[in-house]
Amino acid sequence: MVFLKTKAREIRIEILKMLTEAGSGHTGGSLSAADIVAALYFYKMRHKPQEPKWRERDRFILSKGHAAPVLYAALAISGYFEKSMLSTLRKIGSPLQGHPCSRKLPGVEISTGSLGQGLSIANGIAMGLKLDTIPSRVYCLMGDGEIQEGQIWEAAMTASHYRLDNLCAIIDNNGLQIDGYCSDVMAVEPIVEKWEAFGWYVIDIDGHNMEAIIGAFDEAVSVKGKPTMVVARTVKGKGVSFFEGKVEYHGLAPTQEELTNALKELEHYG
Amino acid sequence: MGKAGKTKSSIKKQLSAEKKLAATRNAYGEALLEIGKNKKDVVVLDADLSGSTKTGKFAKAFPDRFYNVGVSEQDLIGTASGLALTGKWPFASTFAVFETGRAWEQIRQTVCYSHLNVKLVATHSGITVGEDGASHQSIEDVALMRVLPHMVVVVPADAHETRQVIHTLSDYSGPVYVRLGRANVPIIMPDTYVFKLGRAFPFHIGKDVNIIAMGIMVSMALEAAGILKRYGIDAGVVNMSTVKPLDTKTLLRAAKACRLIVTAEEHSIIGGLGSAVTEYLSETCPMHVKRIGIRDNFGCSGTPDGLLNLHGLTAQHIVKTIRKSLRH
Repeated sequence: MVFLKTKAREIRIEILKMLTEAGSGHTGGSLSAADIVAALYFYKMRHKPQEPKWRERDRFILSKGHAAPVLYAALAISGYFEKSMLSTLRKIGSPLQGHPCSRKLPGVEISTGSLGQGLSIANGIAMGLKLDTIPSRVYCLMGDGEIQEGQIWEAAMTASHYRLDNLCAIIDNNGLQIDGYCSDVMAVEPIVEKWEAFGWYVIDIDGHNMEAIIGAFDEAVSVKGKPTMVVARTVKGKGVSFFEGKVEYHGLAPTQEELTNALKELEHYG
Repeated sequence: MGKAGKTKSSIKKQLSAEKKLAATRNAYGEALLEIGKNKKDVVVLDADLSGSTKTGKFAKAFPDRFYNVGVSEQDLIGTASGLALTGKWPFASTFAVFETGRAWEQIRQTVCYSHLNVKLVATHSGITVGEDGASHQSIEDVALMRVLPHMVVVVPADAHETRQVIHTLSDYSGPVYVRLGRANVPIIMPDTYVFKLGRAFPFHIGKDVNIIAMGIMVSMALEAAGILKRYGIDAGVVNMSTVKPLDTKTLLRAAKACRLIVTAEEHSIIGGLGSAVTEYLSETCPMHVKRIGIRDNFGCSGTPDGLLNLHGLTAQHIVKTIRKSLRH
């Protein structure tokens, strides 16, 4: 557990550093997903950084593509590419695009950035794996604002109709979207009941409690005949007090001064 | 007009009598079965229209490799993309208006941007959908697909060519859009014809005018060329079945041989074949080009033949346009 918490802290540090260097990008939603992504890349998923296309790897789809920094940090720390590359984020010629591009960066399964599309893709992968009887699992991370997209609910039906029990989706439920609180912009609650009604097995957890996160991913493996949704209750900007719960940091990068203070705070985090 | 009019109608009757009719969507359904037998990676997806798109035949033969996602075109594209990511060879079908319109951004973001091996084969394109009316008549799909980087756009002229296109695509990896129709159309491609992606088929290169056509308009163009011959006009016909990448070599050869190029498409004149041809010629070989197609209008209910006539998509209209243009 200490190992995973250390990894989550490392991810947060890299997120903040690369965003400050880039001067733009999505801080809040990257930090809120850091613990979930750490649990996947350093505990749950079977993957080979030296062989990104390994046929039997578990797949991770970052449907909320604007949280690219959390994925890039996890990939770099895992060893898919040099950590030094993180400082090229959002610059001309960099494989680290503002939103993930699968043709440019190894380890990115599919390009995302336009919200609402990842779950359908995850479904298709889960179907293909089943056809080939490959025991890999598919993980799909979505935002809570993202589930306002209609396609998510098309995909929600497809996943349960085809009994995709090799699929585990996660909602990073930080409660905020660009224009404000989800509850004010377009209410998404009750999330758990909605997914249950669509035929999913739902696990409701604290998305920053590492024990709860790995417990949910382990539990999902034992679910048969239906897909699993992990509703992770999170805090946007988690880990940096002055970013936490602040809607303006959805799409704002830290300043140099904020970075210095944030890194100081993170020394004691986790 | 009297004498020539009689000649025209008799030629038309003669041509129609000789031609066998078949719908391109039926050829698609049969071709899917053929490639499905040999290629186990082929999977087929549909959005509740498998009876109409003819993917239902594949569904019956290979139920494990068929996915109906219900009435959800955006999910259709995403699911097909996911299957492609596992090495499957997906063909995703529904009506052209829904596939290219409703799910355009999914096609852009997921299929084209990531250069996935997804085959989008849409049926019920154009106004020959007929009685269902404008809501179901796709007259913008070629424009919508042509503008996307990495996308290949194919519009077969008949059932014979459709079958070959589908077989070709079982060996070509990458995003492709294939535009098929609902109605029975004449089989016009020669038995010896071999489809090649990106290669147009010139039936004849004319000295006065060349008609660059796609889909059902190729047969209209052939008919028109026959009529024009009676007026002493040497009209050539090129089946430009791959609209993207455009066969510029054949186009240039046709353009340099004559003084007028006419494009003919069952599609809006904005953004489709006419645009592709004029874009190329205006930069490379500026010359007089007339575009025949739907003139920035929606369709309406009616019989396919009635609608073709209403929109000027007939051999007679092509003849009239060419004769008028050549007089100037």
